Amino acid sequence: MIAVFIPSQLTSYTDGVSRLTAAGGSIEAVLDDLDRRFPGLKFRVVDEQDRIRRHMRIFKNGDRAQDVRAAVGEGDEVLIFGALSGG
Amino acid sequence: MAATQLLVGTRKGAWIYRSDAARKAWSVQGPIFLGHIVNHLVLDPRDGKTLLMAASTGHLGPTIFRSVDGGATWTEAERPPAFPKVENGRGPARSVDHSFWLEPGHPSEPGVWWAGTSPPGLFRSADGGATWDGVAGFNDHPMYWKWCPEDGGTPDGALLNQIQIDPRDPRHMYIATSTAGVFESHDQGAGWAPLNQGVEASFLPDPYPEYGQDAHYIALAPTMPDRLWQQNHCGIYRLDRPAERWDRIGEAMPKEIGDIGFTIVPHPRAADTAWVFPMDGTEVWPRTSPDGKPAVYRTRDAGASWERQDRGFPTEQGWFTVKRQAFCADKAASVGLYLGTTGGELWMSDDEGQAWRPIAAHLPEIYSVSAAPLP
Repeated sequence: MIAVFIPSQLTSYTDGVSRLTAAGGSIEAVLDDLDRRFPGLKFRVVDEQDRIRRHMRIFKNGDRAQDVRAAVGEGDEVLIFGALSGG
Repeated sequence: MAATQLLVGTRKGAWIYRSDAARKAWSVQGPIFLGHIVNHLVLDPRDGKTLLMAASTGHLGPTIFRSVDGGATWTEAERPPAFPKVENGRGPARSVDHSFWLEPGHPSEPGVWWAGTSPPGLFRSADGGATWDGVAGFNDHPMYWKWCPEDGGTPDGALLNQIQIDPRDPRHMYIATSTAGVFESHDQGAGWAPLNQGVEASFLPDPYPEYGQDAHYIALAPTMPDRLWQQNHCGIYRLDRPAERWDRIGEAMPKEIGDIGFTIVPHPRAADTAWVFPMDGTEVWPRTSPDGKPAVYRTRDAGASWERQDRGFPTEQGWFTVKRQAFCADKAASVGLYLGTTGGELWMSDDEGQAWRPIAAHLPEIYSVSAAPLP
């Protein structure tokens, strides 16, 4: 399983939970798993062209992911953050 | 009874104001979705209870929320407006930044809604806003990239900013865009043609092109739907179909005021009457009330002449900006007018614009105000 951090911007989807686990062999698969459990979550993070939205950030084990196709494996950690987006 | 509800979308959430029968006392519900960017909040006039909200946030992608209990609880669209995924890099990859305009479908089509987005896209829902599909007749039109170039548009992005449906015929539609002006469809969106003759685009080499205008707002006269009113980036226009050439009725505005603005509001019954909220379009385009003296202007003769209505507004240092969806009318016997400013003030008139008074202040920047009768 993959450990996932959910930012405050998305905890309305997860009943307030910010740390959970998900299954999948890529960041996209992890997001798909989350979306099945928390419908609508993925599209708020990734657009219809599978691009990470401009003010969202995804990290895999501390390294920023630029592409949702990045592979993840057992024991990895995926961190989702809301980045700076203006006042 | 004229009890009215005002649905207010702001840069940081939504509010609903509800009046007594005299439209004197107002109660407030909100904030709803505090911190969310709410471009439009609309009541379905066909059932009098369903609300749709176009929302996004600074971080999160765009979505549509729906309420059937007056805004107490909301559900999110299962499939919000989104362009098709482009496979293998074939063609520009569009993604919806935000939904800007929500339009209830024709009365003969309960459950149908239309949405206009940025970048320009036309979307349709047949299930009350739960799932949305792109309208290929516009989004995939062979001329789309000419009409909606990638570098076009407003500071908040290029817009398909309005959808209007002929109350006599659900197949007959108009849309307004910020990159190509007005378009008409006779087949419910399958085909579209520009409808911009006579409308200026002073920012292009050819100032009267077939398309390329910035149509800030269009409205059909409710009791005479062959009459279209338009507040354009370059003036105020009227078009009486089947004619195809718009008349610049803003030429009759006082020269020191001009005819620049974001929006135009038709009278619900008197087809020759409409209101505008002029803004300063000189030099660097401040888009504030000319000379810091807010006023609406009313025509009662289809644009041949205009009268100033400013009683109750600040007489000096009032630098209002009123955006596209932020000026509206109710349908009461003495028509109520409502406008919201980018400074977060909500104003009303209950006597067809003769006198104005504030309803609320200190709200976030107001993007939209729509009025509906209270059940």
